Amino acid sequence: MAEFWQQVVSGLATGGIFASLALGIVIVYRATRVVNFAQGEMATFATFVAWSLLDAGVPYWATVVVVLVGAFGGGMLLERVVVRPVARAPVVTAVILTIGLLIALNGLTAWIWGGASRTLPSMFSTRPLDVGGVAFSVQDIGIVAVTLGAVALLALFFGYTKLGLGLRAAAVNPASARLSGVPVGWMLGLGWGIAAALGALAGILVAPSQGSFDPTLMLPILVYALAAAVVGGLDSPAGAVVGGLVVGVLYNLVGRYVAFFGGQMRLVAVLAVVLAVLLVRPHGLFGAVAARRV
Amino acid sequence: VTSVRRHDAVLLSAGLVALAVVPFLVGDFRVRELSQMGVYFIAILGLNLLTGYTGQISLGHGAFMSIGGYTTAILVADHGIPDWATVPLAGLAAGIAGLAFGVPALRLSGLYLALVTFGMAVALPALQRKFPGLTGGSTGLQLDFHSGRWNYALAWPIALGLLAAAWLLVRSRVGRAFRALRDSEVAATAMGVSAARYKTLAFGVSALYAGVAGSLFAIDQAYVVPETYPVQLSFFLLAGAAIAGLGGLAGIAFGAAFLTFVERYASDVAESLPSVIFGGLLVLVMILFPSGVAGLFERFTNRGYTRPR
Repeated sequence: MAEFWQQVVSGLATGGIFASLALGIVIVYRATRVVNFAQGEMATFATFVAWSLLDAGVPYWATVVVVLVGAFGGGMLLERVVVRPVARAPVVTAVILTIGLLIALNGLTAWIWGGASRTLPSMFSTRPLDVGGVAFSVQDIGIVAVTLGAVALLALFFGYTKLGLGLRAAAVNPASARLSGVPVGWMLGLGWGIAAALGALAGILVAPSQGSFDPTLMLPILVYALAAAVVGGLDSPAGAVVGGLVVGVLYNLVGRYVAFFGGQMRLVAVLAVVLAVLLVRPHGLFGAVAARRV
Repeated sequence: VTSVRRHDAVLLSAGLVALAVVPFLVGDFRVRELSQMGVYFIAILGLNLLTGYTGQISLGHGAFMSIGGYTTAILVADHGIPDWATVPLAGLAAGIAGLAFGVPALRLSGLYLALVTFGMAVALPALQRKFPGLTGGSTGLQLDFHSGRWNYALAWPIALGLLAAAWLLVRSRVGRAFRALRDSEVAATAMGVSAARYKTLAFGVSALYAGVAGSLFAIDQAYVVPETYPVQLSFFLLAGAAIAGLGGLAGIAFGAAFLTFVERYASDVAESLPSVIFGGLLVLVMILFPSGVAGLFERFTNRGYTRPR
């Protein structure tokens, strides 16, 4: 039983990573109705920047702050320069555009830093922690704590600040929001900025927990994050977090206890569950069913 | 619009003459590249029927290519069937997979569908490694090796046949139903177009094209492993289709050439450069010319062109 709980906790840590990326995807989706396939690659890029800064001798926490702020600015810039021009275009155009971003950023990361594996120091010690016979690593618990902390901060931001409310208004009804004096353009950019910073946070957390990382760091994680976002409902931030944690725990438990779904087959199991959820609830567990005016 | 217009006729004849003459003018290696271009031509054509004409986004067409390629490889390696004869069977296998996939696709719209097809493309290599008895696992399966000219002579006639079929299809009742669903599913349904039937059909036809392309790709490479059809392939196909111009047939050769040659020559400069150029161009094309090369061509020849939704 102890091992089971250990798997659950490390599943929650994995799920926390998925959740931060999924939350980024959902925030962007709510703000601009675009599923950002480049979310993972933006995070990878930020992780490599963090590596370079640390390599150049910048202290750890300064690096974290610089990278998060930089990612925030980069996200806003991307929204302004790349996404804004296709705001009125059909869904297909926007999807292909973010895939273009994914391909370009992936190539750029590999071009600048090369394909070699690197290591990033962890925010937490990897020392095991013994609680009632169950061994947790401080890192796992730290990841869960940081992710949940970020989610709580965002919930406060969206629920209780003028800026957060403006952002929600811009996402829900841009026309009315604009009439009420909300700078809708800046709000959409803000959404992209927050998402990019969340991605960077996920990258900084996940890179050390994997041991080493290379430019393909986020590609598999993106798949699980998309799965999490879809299971939770693309327009529900709470759904993204719940979806991320569920997918993370499922990923760990299935990999450990169902021999057939070991290794890469975990992905197949998770995607099968996602498909099953979607067939029953096409808009995810917490997603709003869109009523269309005809 | 039912007749071939003069511009199209001139361009098509020029293209046909070039296709017939070029293999005798350049070396076998170059011809092999051109046969690969034929493979991409077929795959993009199929994807365009689904995404451009019916408005359903697939990020998993590499997986349908993979199904076609593995069908061919298994039939050749385990059953001794000549490779060229397996091409229709490969198309059929992928087409059936596409039809089967079209059914859940009915319940999912737009982005959810894109995400599920993406998941399929990511998951398929793991499945292929899981059943090595059938697929050869990570070592893959070996096929017969042919010259570039042999591959060219196999790929391009099939590509042209499929182009003619697509041309007829989009001008038929079925093609009109596809476009009606793309433009407004509600309006189309109200007019008596069965969304379920035609969306599934579009998936099946499109997957059939991808399966044929995957089969030819396998024959061209002379072996298949799960990595022959990586996830990126699905992205690249969508990129090629977007650059070609969704919802038109004029730009497909350009999209195919783009896929073949950017990948080939940019990697001489730096290993990861093709991705940067590719992705960057894709972003630019979507911002500046959302209707792709086909749209540019239409604008250039002063014709009305309806932008795909």
